[in-house]
Amino acid sequence: MSRVFGDRKTVLILLVPVLAVYGLLKVVPVLWSLGLSFFEGNTLRGFEFVGLDNFTTFFTDGPALHALWVTVYFAVVMTAAQVVMGYLLALMYVFVLRKGSAFLRTAVFFPMVLPTVAVAMLFKSFVAVGDNQGPVNDVINFFGGDSVEFLATTSGTMTVAILMTLWTSMGFYAVLLYTGLLDIPDEVIESARIDGASGLRLVRHIVLPLSAPILLSSIIFSFNSTLKVFDSLLALNNGGPGTSTSPLTLYMYRTAFEYAEYGYGSTIALVLTLLCLVFTVTVFRSSAKRTED
Amino acid sequence: MSATQNLIQAEPVSRKLPRRGASRRAKRILRRIPVWLSVTVLLVVVLYPMLWMILGSFKTQGEFFANPTWALPESLNFANYIEAFTRGNIALNYRNSLIVTVPSVVLIIFLGVAAGYALEVMVWKGRRPTLLLIMAGIMVPGQMILVPLFTAYFKIGITDSLLPMILTYTAMGIPLTTFLMAAYFRSVPRELFEAATMDGSSPLRSFFVIGIPMMKNAMLTIGLVQFFSVFNDLLIALTFTTRPDLATIQVGLLSLSDQYGGTNYGALFAAVSINIVALLIVFIFLNKKIMAGMAAGSVKG
Repeated sequence: MSRVFGDRKTVLILLVPVLAVYGLLKVVPVLWSLGLSFFEGNTLRGFEFVGLDNFTTFFTDGPALHALWVTVYFAVVMTAAQVVMGYLLALMYVFVLRKGSAFLRTAVFFPMVLPTVAVAMLFKSFVAVGDNQGPVNDVINFFGGDSVEFLATTSGTMTVAILMTLWTSMGFYAVLLYTGLLDIPDEVIESARIDGASGLRLVRHIVLPLSAPILLSSIIFSFNSTLKVFDSLLALNNGGPGTSTSPLTLYMYRTAFEYAEYGYGSTIALVLTLLCLVFTVTVFRSSAKRTED
Repeated sequence: MSATQNLIQAEPVSRKLPRRGASRRAKRILRRIPVWLSVTVLLVVVLYPMLWMILGSFKTQGEFFANPTWALPESLNFANYIEAFTRGNIALNYRNSLIVTVPSVVLIIFLGVAAGYALEVMVWKGRRPTLLLIMAGIMVPGQMILVPLFTAYFKIGITDSLLPMILTYTAMGIPLTTFLMAAYFRSVPRELFEAATMDGSSPLRSFFVIGIPMMKNAMLTIGLVQFFSVFNDLLIALTFTTRPDLATIQVGLLSLSDQYGGTNYGALFAAVSINIVALLIVFIFLNKKIMAGMAAGSVKG
């Protein structure tokens, strides 16, 4: 039997197309990009080997370090917001609304399938000032405040970007964590209830520890997507005002394709990849330690 | 699922208890008020921005200036939609998006299901490392492959078409799809394939006759997830849009807002609304599959 399923020809027929596409269009480019990060220049101008210069440049390059900071800040704040909000919603679905949560679950999830560009356009208009003032400033005016031009400042843009992403993704994280909460056996919760645990104490001592694995997956997934944030900050305010809300992804894109610095662009891409790796490993490690304790 | 059912079953028991007095029932209703309040607030926060956008798409330029932003449109006029389609190239953008998305997703799914079978059902040395190598691709950001790919596409002379996008999306969709397909094949009882072999079916035949039909559901679910990630992508599309008429809908939307700046609200609102309404229709029919697929993609990934 094992010999039949070890048939080499079948494996080759099924796997060669995938490996060809994946190898040529993913593995080779990754290695190529890795190599490029030690060079300076582009295809037209030619390349010059510069060793580790690109890396030393990166750590003395103000805009690059700022982009790194924007990326990390966005990822940390966003992950905290998404996972906490998603968890609260999931708790509400499971313990408060129970069978009545289907419609809410679906409705809150919906923005997740919208294109980020469209969502950014929506929020841009939603917080707008001037002759087509959006509802947000109308509400501020209603309570006696002056209109705020959110997209004119760095902190305002960042706030809108964070709220916008939260608006898009909270329903998704809620569903993700909801499926995790459903896996907790009822007997466990019932017996804790009988022992007198209720409300917050039940959540803190019983539900939270039991949903740790799904929380961990959510945190890792969240870091991996928010560290790669690109379209929302680009479409919302073009990475501005100026370049003050440009994340690494956007800085890399501009360096490579607007300034045609292929070598340095590849270095930035490599930093970004390493950042994803470091965050994933750190979250894994810290959770492994906690379970040991 | 069993958890919800049990919760539902548990309810009548607890409901019988407070029957003792009307004051108990009033208390119960009072206790539900914060719940209904928070549900309402949540729904308003989620739905109002979209509703506001769609209502805005029917307003004339004059209404944008004269009426308050929360006002309803005075009439149901589709002028903005016509404007968006004719001047903003939205129709061409949609066509490009579909030309890119459909072949990419089909390729991703078929390559992925074949790889899943080869890596999970077939038994050979080196299948674990191969799966790991493919899975490693999940974490690598698109930026890491764009420069080399751009150079390569330029050298073979295909940058003047939509082909670079199709190829790149296919390569980027493979890791997660292969991984999920392998996971789905793992949950299929092996005996099924072994029985087919007993009946004289070759493993390749079993793949087509048993494997693919069994994976139909998984293929549809993962296909939807991939559809959204390709259709909604901006990075790859932006990089390989070398001429304006190669722009996909996301690139088109972005340039539409740049082009009109903050002036032609109606057309912009209409263009965004088309996206919302189209995806809403898809979502109403397929929401269970979409939600399940997206959740699976992240937990296992």
